[in-house]
Amino acid sequence: MRIKISHGFIIDPANNIEAKHDIYISEGRIAAVGKQPDGFTIDKTIDASGCHVIPGIVDLRARLREPGLENKGTIASETRAAAASGITTLCIPPDTTPVLDSTSVVELIQQRASEAGFAKVVTLGALTAGLNGEQLSEMALLKKYGNCVGVSNALKPVSNNLIMRRAMEYAASCGLTVFLHAEDEGLAGKGCAHEGVISTRLGLPGIPETAETNAIARDLLLIEQTGVHAHFCHVSSARAVQMIARAQYDGFPVTADVTAHHLHLTEMDIGFFDSNCHVRPPFRTQRDREALVAALATGNLNAICSDHEPHDTDAKLAPFAETEAGISTLETLLPLALRLTEDLSLSDVINRLTWQPAKILGIDAGTLSVGEKADICIYNPETNWIMKSENMLSAGRNTPFEGWELKGKVTHTLLNGKIVFST
Amino acid sequence: MKQHDIQLDHDGKLRHFLTIEGLKKQMLLDILDNAENFSSVGNQQVKKVPLLRGKTIANLFFEASTRTRTTFELAAKRLSADVLNININTSATSKGESLLDMLHNLEAMQVDMFVVRHHSSGAAHFIAQHVAPHISVINAGDGSHAHPTQAMLDMFTIRRHKQDFTKLTVAIIGDIMHSRVARSQIHALNTLGVPEIRVIGPQTIIPNEAAHLGVHVYHDMHQGLQNVDVVIMLRLQRERMAGALLPSEHEYFHMFGLTEEKLKLAKADAIVMHPGPINRGVEIESSVADGSQSVILEQVTHGISVRMAVMSMALGRSSLVDQERSQS
Repeated sequence: MRIKISHGFIIDPANNIEAKHDIYISEGRIAAVGKQPDGFTIDKTIDASGCHVIPGIVDLRARLREPGLENKGTIASETRAAAASGITTLCIPPDTTPVLDSTSVVELIQQRASEAGFAKVVTLGALTAGLNGEQLSEMALLKKYGNCVGVSNALKPVSNNLIMRRAMEYAASCGLTVFLHAEDEGLAGKGCAHEGVISTRLGLPGIPETAETNAIARDLLLIEQTGVHAHFCHVSSARAVQMIARAQYDGFPVTADVTAHHLHLTEMDIGFFDSNCHVRPPFRTQRDREALVAALATGNLNAICSDHEPHDTDAKLAPFAETEAGISTLETLLPLALRLTEDLSLSDVINRLTWQPAKILGIDAGTLSVGEKADICIYNPETNWIMKSENMLSAGRNTPFEGWELKGKVTHTLLNGKIVFST
Repeated sequence: MKQHDIQLDHDGKLRHFLTIEGLKKQMLLDILDNAENFSSVGNQQVKKVPLLRGKTIANLFFEASTRTRTTFELAAKRLSADVLNININTSATSKGESLLDMLHNLEAMQVDMFVVRHHSSGAAHFIAQHVAPHISVINAGDGSHAHPTQAMLDMFTIRRHKQDFTKLTVAIIGDIMHSRVARSQIHALNTLGVPEIRVIGPQTIIPNEAAHLGVHVYHDMHQGLQNVDVVIMLRLQRERMAGALLPSEHEYFHMFGLTEEKLKLAKADAIVMHPGPINRGVEIESSVADGSQSVILEQVTHGISVRMAVMSMALGRSSLVDQERSQS
């Protein structure tokens, strides 16, 4: 089908375009931006008047819960929610059940995703077998036959420094980026909230900032030693940002992301034990939150991701520390990111949702370049809406943003030139 | 914040009693005054008033307790309520789902009040958020968060001896980090206008952000006890030695145990309190625990009348308390 997207305002950071243009799509790819190619016949026109047209969002980290935890979500349910939120590529961390340490698991995920047809899915392979932090996984095979775009130990620690060193060395020789969750197991202990004012007031076991910075310090030294490309996931503290910025300044191949929710919430939002604010890493202080926004503006934090963790209702129905961590965030990713335009230019915000994460994953996505696959998100930046969990498409309705007034709503999502969502 | 209101009904009356935090000074004084009225009940020949006749109160204890459960039971019985004691093996029910299922089952048995002790901070709030509208929840200790009736019985004891809260210096000694008693005491003391609250202990058991609770932090017992009116010792949990928080009971007693000698640093008329049960020779010397300045056993007695006050207020019978008062 040949599609024309007319009258939209195009934001394509990779090509430095911020202007009103029409886009022409044929055979699933972008045929032209601006002028209609000669002989291009239009089968369908999408009127994008008043809307922004951006590359489909590339989400660095989202858990779809399949295989293993289908009571919380399935690849079909979550990719459908992604499509409705303008997300066209999702990167899956390896903590599925079974663990994503063999190509057969990758095959299953890819098959389910392609059957559902709502979004592209790329995978991170396990850094260690079974994520046990003891033995290297078959990274080379995961890359070669599973098309894994990187390796990670997800939320599981690799406490043994020697194993981490070996894993980084091996990943480096495979040309794989290591995705790191920086958390010192001992310092984090059984903590469930930032160690600070709120954890002190509520008597909740705390996770100190040093649980993050101590792990980052160790990892940065090993990155320096091994030369591996590394990416720090969901950075949460000002001090951590500082350390990563320093390493980038010194020329180490290090990138980092932040979640949209950590850019908006702090420990204070836990209030009186709101389990929807139970998340890993924990929400920290206002000072930390401001530092995260600032680092996103300077580019030391390269990308914004959802870190989507859908849960069943029961997972959050318990005293705070006994609930499962995580937030269902696909549907708030774009509108929460758009709220940052006081601190970042609109183009920078879109860049951190599309082109930058695509570069981190090393995939062809996140641009509206002619000849690229037509993965496109169209949203109306002026639509105001109220976040209501009952309206969520994700199987997980665990959100702390209930009742928030959000601005910006997706009207169309195209995947390979095919409309997978429209209002 | 909206969440503060969960303890109060639409008329601002006490519905649940979960934490001291957010309650107004007048509410705390009302509890103390009501408790004062109830304190004579124990001296009567028939130790009962009919205020809660026909009401059913379930003591839901997910954590072992003798003193607190017993005084809650006595308080309920003196108010003529029917009491159910339910001790739950915590290992069998760690999931919220079964916790809620259990609550709903008890609701179906037309229980009017839950008195809850639980090992997890926030458990009482969680239960209060999920019970039917006619049910009251009293927090009898949740994790390291709050133990508000203990704090109120401590305030009651302090008021009996010291009258004016606004002229006091109070020191709390021990494991502030893990103590729900300390947190509730600190909120209550601040609300009642105590100008100087000190916490004393090594840094490992005092939270970094303790100052935010409205206290002064001391790591030296000799400095911290100077000119103190009220000395509150906290129980030291034995398992704290295992977590590398403290080297040994021996060293702890040497540095932070309350001895006759150290007590001399406080004011001559200082009172010594302890929520119990006491570890003699660990946080307190026997001669101090049993000495003339100790009010530890009074605290236990006051626990009954304070809990009667809270239960009767939460079940909406505070007006009847007033009637009783005018009749007597």
